[in-house]
Amino acid sequence: MSTDLKDALFGYTLRLGDTSLVLGHRLSEWCGHAPELEEDIALTNVALDLVGHARMLLTYAGELEGKGRDEDRLAYRRDVFDYRNHLLVEQPNRDFGHTIVRQFLHDVWAVELYERLCASRDETLAGIAAKAVKEVRYHVRHSGDWLIRLGDGTDVSHARVADALGRLWPYTGEMFERDEAEQALVAAGIVPDPAELKAAWTARVEAVLEEATLDRPADGWMQKGGRRGEHSEHLGYLLAEMQFLPRAYPDANW
Amino acid sequence: MPDAVGCWGPEPGADAVVRAAWDALAGVMDPEIPVLSIVDLGIVRAVSADTEGRLSVALTPTYSGCPATNVIVMEAETALARAGLDARVSVVIAPPWTTDWISDAGREKLAEVGIVPPPSSGKRSLTAPDEVIACPRCGSEDTRQISRFGSTACKALHACNACLEPFDVFKCH
Repeated sequence: MSTDLKDALFGYTLRLGDTSLVLGHRLSEWCGHAPELEEDIALTNVALDLVGHARMLLTYAGELEGKGRDEDRLAYRRDVFDYRNHLLVEQPNRDFGHTIVRQFLHDVWAVELYERLCASRDETLAGIAAKAVKEVRYHVRHSGDWLIRLGDGTDVSHARVADALGRLWPYTGEMFERDEAEQALVAAGIVPDPAELKAAWTARVEAVLEEATLDRPADGWMQKGGRRGEHSEHLGYLLAEMQFLPRAYPDANW
Repeated sequence: MPDAVGCWGPEPGADAVVRAAWDALAGVMDPEIPVLSIVDLGIVRAVSADTEGRLSVALTPTYSGCPATNVIVMEAETALARAGLDARVSVVIAPPWTTDWISDAGREKLAEVGIVPPPSSGKRSLTAPDEVIACPRCGSEDTRQISRFGSTACKALHACNACLEPFDVFKCH
C-alpha cells in the first residue's frame, strides 16, 4: 500500500473509530437513567458494542499511523480538535425520543456501511466490518422499532420524535461527505462509494419514517466539520468526562 | 461471507502438547455463563505447536464489546501455564464468531440451567415465522419477548405467559 493510501486509510479508520466511541459514550450516559429497566440495559448493551467497535478501529488506526499510539492513547489523549467523529453522534441525549432518532439515523448508516466494508480489499477493515455488521443489524431493529412505536404512538411521542428528526436531520449530510484522500480509497476498492451508500440509507430511512407516520425533513443546510475536527460545543464536555481519569492519573493501571 | 465451521477439539493425530492444551482450555469457564467452557462456546479457534513445542492459541470474542474477553484471555493463559504448557494466547476477530459454533454439549448445558440455546442460523429464512421459543421451566410455547437485550451482550429477555416466569434466551448471532 502506498504511503498516501495508508495515510488516507488511517484518517478513514480514525473517523469511524471516533464516531463509534463518541456514540458509545453518549449512550452510556443513559446508564441508570433510562425510562425503564429494559431500555437501560438495551442502550448500555448497544453502547458496549459501539465501544467494542471503537477499540478494534482505533487499534487498527494506531497501527496504520505507525507512531506507536494504541487505542487508549488515541481515545484519551486527544482533544476536541483532533477528534474526527460525525457531529450527529456528539449531539446530547435530550429525551429518549431524541436519543432514538439519533441512534436510528446512525444505525442505518452503520449497517449499510459495514455490509459494504465486508467486501473491502483491506483485509483488516473487512474483518472488523464482518464482526460489527452482525451487531449493528441488531441495533437498527431496536432503534427502528422504537421510532415506529414513538412516531405512530401518542400525540406527545409523535411530536417529540418529529422535533428530534427536524433538529438532527441537518447533521446527516456529513455521513456521506468524502474528501480527495477518501476518493482514492474508493477507487482502490477499500471503502464503499458514499453516493451509493447515501441512496441505500435514504431508501431505508424513508421506509421506516413512513411507517412511523413521520415526514422526511427536506435536505436543507447541512452542518459539517466533525470529520475535519470542527465540532459543536457538546463534544468538549463529553471528552472532559470520558478522559478525566487518564488525564488526572496518566498511565494509571488497575 | 462463508462461515467457518466450529472447532471443539484437536484434529485426530494432533501432537500431545496440542491435545493437552485443548484439555486445559476445556476447563476454562465463561465468566458470565459459568456452565459453559470456552471450548463449548466455540471461541477457541486454533491451537498449534511449533517444532519446539511452543503453543499458539487463538481465541475470538463473542461480541466485540464483550467485557469478559480480557478475563477469558487471562484465564486461558493461567490454565495453560498451570498445565505446564508454553503458550501464547492471541485474539482474532475474523471470521466472526457465530452462535452456530456453540457445541451440542454446550447447548445441552445451557438448557439445563434454564437458558434457551440459540436457534441455528441455518434454519432461519426470511419468510419463515419467528422461531417458537418454549419456556425452559414449564415447556409452554406461549412466551413473549420482553427485551431484545438481556443481562449479558449475548442474551435476550423473554417471559412465559403460562407460568409467568421470565427467562434468558441466547441470541442467534
